[in-house]
Amino acid sequence: MSHYEVKAGPISFLPPAAASMGNVLPDPGEAHIEGRIVPEEEAYEYCARKILAAKVPTIFPGPLVLWKWNDHVAEKAKAIRELANEAPMRLIPMADYRPKYPKIDAAVEINPNHPNLTIWHNKIDACIFVGVHCHQANLALKMIRAATNCYTMAMCAQAGHEDACLSFRDASVEKIKKITAAVKKLKSEGVKSQATDFAQFSMDRKGFIVAPS
Amino acid sequence: MNKQVELKGKRIIASNHVKLGQKNKKGQTYTDINDIFFKAEQEPNFLTGSEVIKEAIKRCSVGTSVAYPITPQSEAAALIGEIYAEGYLDEYFRGESEFAVMGQCAGAAFGGHRVFTTTAGPGTLRAMENFPMWAGSRLPIQVCVTCRGINSPLSIQPDTLEMHYLLETGMLVWHAETAQDLYDYILKGFIVAEQPDVHIPIAVCCDGFFVTHTKDTVDLSPLDLCLTPYDPYKSPVTCMDMESAPIRMMRDPFIMKSNYINYSTHASWQQEVKAAMERSRKHTIPLIGGLIDEENTDREILIVGSGTAVSQSREAIRLLAEDGIKVGLVKIKTIRPFPYEEIKRVTKNAKHIFVPEFNIAGWLAREIKSTIPDNERVYCGPHVMGGMTMPSEVIVEEIKKHLGVETGNLMDM
Repeated sequence: MSHYEVKAGPISFLPPAAASMGNVLPDPGEAHIEGRIVPEEEAYEYCARKILAAKVPTIFPGPLVLWKWNDHVAEKAKAIRELANEAPMRLIPMADYRPKYPKIDAAVEINPNHPNLTIWHNKIDACIFVGVHCHQANLALKMIRAATNCYTMAMCAQAGHEDACLSFRDASVEKIKKITAAVKKLKSEGVKSQATDFAQFSMDRKGFIVAPS
Repeated sequence: MNKQVELKGKRIIASNHVKLGQKNKKGQTYTDINDIFFKAEQEPNFLTGSEVIKEAIKRCSVGTSVAYPITPQSEAAALIGEIYAEGYLDEYFRGESEFAVMGQCAGAAFGGHRVFTTTAGPGTLRAMENFPMWAGSRLPIQVCVTCRGINSPLSIQPDTLEMHYLLETGMLVWHAETAQDLYDYILKGFIVAEQPDVHIPIAVCCDGFFVTHTKDTVDLSPLDLCLTPYDPYKSPVTCMDMESAPIRMMRDPFIMKSNYINYSTHASWQQEVKAAMERSRKHTIPLIGGLIDEENTDREILIVGSGTAVSQSREAIRLLAEDGIKVGLVKIKTIRPFPYEEIKRVTKNAKHIFVPEFNIAGWLAREIKSTIPDNERVYCGPHVMGGMTMPSEVIVEEIKKHLGVETGNLMDM
């Protein structure tokens, strides 16, 4: 069945929403790769390969996993950290969706109102959205695809995202761990991470960078 | 399309709600929508459309309903007040105007309530600014629009022109033909509109008086079953966040004009609301049995309509058959999302497509004309407006005239 291919950009000044091009979201047990519906199991390895092949693979954790609003989320956050350590991947938070005055610090944050700035600044070529509210994730995914060459992936806790190049749905701790396991497996088979060296920054509770100083 | 959405043998992936199976304060059991409609036994009742709205809301676990009088929805709004007194809703009050009502509905929805209201005619237009605001804010509010005339001199009689104004608000717009449709669409509309990947408002429209004030037999689901309540934790946006758009704009209009929100964000935002509407197809098709109903669409002459124009067309088709003229029928159930692919498919072989409407604009005919190839096949009419009825004989006469068939005086039939 033909479908609108959701490839990495830059696509155009204003690419269409994939849903408006007829792309349908996956059902439970499925994922999509570039608009093609696949069994979820197929997407884990594909996702892991994209992570390992990227020079600046990055996770964008959103407020739904950054704040401990229930115990399940705390577990999810730990699983995300394990994935970041295993790959390795950078962690750049989308802590909230506020417009930032006078401008964002693109080195350490991403914002759905101008996500391309963070992608450009850090030369991010593959990313995973996790814990971002679906509406804001969709805004950002379309803008990233419009203006950057970043390969976007979404670990969505709800129904998934057509505007990501690859999307899981019903994201759980187990599913995040499955990506980590897929990364480990590929590495054990000799696939090497192409990630450039980096030092992960960390913030204090007020949002100030405390390391590396 | 990357995946076929099946019409048959598939149920909407409705709910794994934490309250599924629990009882509410009225003793009703929170039940999956599939079980309410496809498992539970439905019981026939003889009711007016207004009473049907009341019965539907009894089963919808509505948090807030805001009322304001305008014919022909006033009776339904008053009846909802009665069931509020019986404890079926958490909040119910009268707003200061339709504009205020829709703002108050937004407030309740931002706070996490399931919200229902009703309006009609000039009330719909007075409230209009709020509808794209609801959609942009991703608020899955349901408004039942009991269509009537909107112009001066005032007519309280049926006229569907107000639906034309709703088409690009970003809301789902469904059009009920009968009181049964109205009942089904109110319950099912909440479930579709509240899906996390949809999560936009819905206007369930019906033709005023023809549906609201006439009695019909309607199958109702058991009163001891009700929809699972709205779950704000599945919302695709944060709940009432004063720091983020769109609420932020209310206290800080500066950001609307600045580059702190990229213009691409505004564009992407609009695209996303439209995308949400597209996503609703997947949930709507299995739940209401497709976006259209079709009868004998292999025929060369078709009538395509929505609302009570479909009922009148059914009788017209029977009359035409008596004269040996075979006509097929397409009933459009959802105006937004519009069933583009379905209409293209069913009109593929038609040579003449008639679109009867209860409004002067002929907005449905325009939609169809913009959808299909060789659109000179579409005949925009017959039209009535301002509260006129559309006797089936008028449809027959207009079809015969267009086909060059001797009509006689059909109004004397």
